[in-house]
Amino acid sequence: MKAGIVSYGGYVPRYRILPKEIGAVWGVDGEAMGKGLNIRAKSVPGPDEDVITMSVEAARAALKKAPHLDPKDIGAIYVGSESHPYAVKPSATIVAEAIEAAPIMTAADYEFACKAGTAAMQSTMGLTLSDMYRYGLAIGADTSQGAPGDALEYSASAGAAAFVIGKDHLIASIDQTISYTTDTPDFWRREGQAYPSHGGRFTGEPAYFKHVVSCANLLFKRAGTRPEDYDFAVFHQPNGKFPVRVGKMLGFTDKQMDTGLLVREIGNTYSGAIMVGLCAILDIAKPGNRIFAVGYGSGAGSDGFDITVTGGLEEIDRKAGRTMRSMVEDVKFLDYATYAKYRRKIRMREG
Amino acid sequence: MAIPRFWREIPSRYNLVGSKCGNCGTLDFPPRLVCPRCGRRSMGKMERRKLAGRGTVVSYTIIHDAPKDFDMMKPYVLAIVEMEEGLRMTSQVIDVELGDIKIGMPVEVAFRKLGEEGEAGVIHYGYKFRPAR
Repeated sequence: MKAGIVSYGGYVPRYRILPKEIGAVWGVDGEAMGKGLNIRAKSVPGPDEDVITMSVEAARAALKKAPHLDPKDIGAIYVGSESHPYAVKPSATIVAEAIEAAPIMTAADYEFACKAGTAAMQSTMGLTLSDMYRYGLAIGADTSQGAPGDALEYSASAGAAAFVIGKDHLIASIDQTISYTTDTPDFWRREGQAYPSHGGRFTGEPAYFKHVVSCANLLFKRAGTRPEDYDFAVFHQPNGKFPVRVGKMLGFTDKQMDTGLLVREIGNTYSGAIMVGLCAILDIAKPGNRIFAVGYGSGAGSDGFDITVTGGLEEIDRKAGRTMRSMVEDVKFLDYATYAKYRRKIRMREG
Repeated sequence: MAIPRFWREIPSRYNLVGSKCGNCGTLDFPPRLVCPRCGRRSMGKMERRKLAGRGTVVSYTIIHDAPKDFDMMKPYVLAIVEMEEGLRMTSQVIDVELGDIKIGMPVEVAFRKLGEEGEAGVIHYGYKFRPAR
């Protein structure tokens, strides 16, 4: 008996800012910066949006596609994020109430930089396979912050995705999953700090590439597959450059990677990044398609998934709610001042 | 807002749970314990009823002078929305340009932050509406 995806839903806020707009404020050629990162725009949460609101939107989108799903059958909700609105008080309980899954269930928040959502997918897989409950809800969501003027400010964006994981009514089976984890301090945020810090170029070879490549090779070995066996490939996408390069290193083509590469249009949604990419793939996938997915979280680790789309995909209503493509294309551009206001980068008077 | 007061309202604020009078069938939102039309004849007959979350803009106004919690969003749209079930409610309409909001516009429920008790306090969440897609 395999575990897999029962339904999925994604959410991207409609606000965007262009690299040119950010660069103009800091005396940098933002357009060149955007080209270097392969990011055309990044999403920005509205002033009334945060990880909890986006998680609820994504979870509701997943339930809307699969009317057979009774929220009361969801026995666990795990929300992975590095920008939970509360330091103490779970995002997951609010999501649970908002989708009417509470109270007979368990819930917790996860944090592992950009891979907390995929860690939640693995946890829910294990717990459904052990029959602790029928379905689990794994969410990856972030309203990531980049310090003003820092290179991260051009990519740190907002988005969320939710996957209902179970053993029955599968739209896609997760045939294999494997992780690769080490202590690598490439990116971090200390308690109480508003913005993260990073090791610059150290985030590349010893961090992202080492972990993604190692995890991918372990996954190939365990699944007994090669790149050409897959219709789609999706990797963690901190910018538009790294996932394309790592995909090529592993032997994947642009065609396999194109659908899931949302970072070019919405930036790096951190815990949501690989999961919104997977949502975009599932929006257009056909039964029998195979998907190769490897996430990455700084600190550092990679979670890999070997996924096969099943005939169950035809049983859910993928047209219920908005597709990832329609959300990516529903855009309102902000100037830097409005972006700074929305992201609370402007110091306001108390009271 | 006191924490217990908001906490009691979570079902209606998160999931549009109203009430239906078991005597005359009238729907109310937020939910009532007694039907104002039937009085004591409704007692013990009030049922919880969840609204579907779809409606139409009946009227609207643009708020330029906003209360503190909404200061970041001004100018914004506040509308009276007639729900599919027939009752009306007042709410902010988000993700719409001020020039695009129209009487008769179909809207759907969204989940958003309604406010927060300062930097260290509780965050309140609940419904707003956005153009139906």
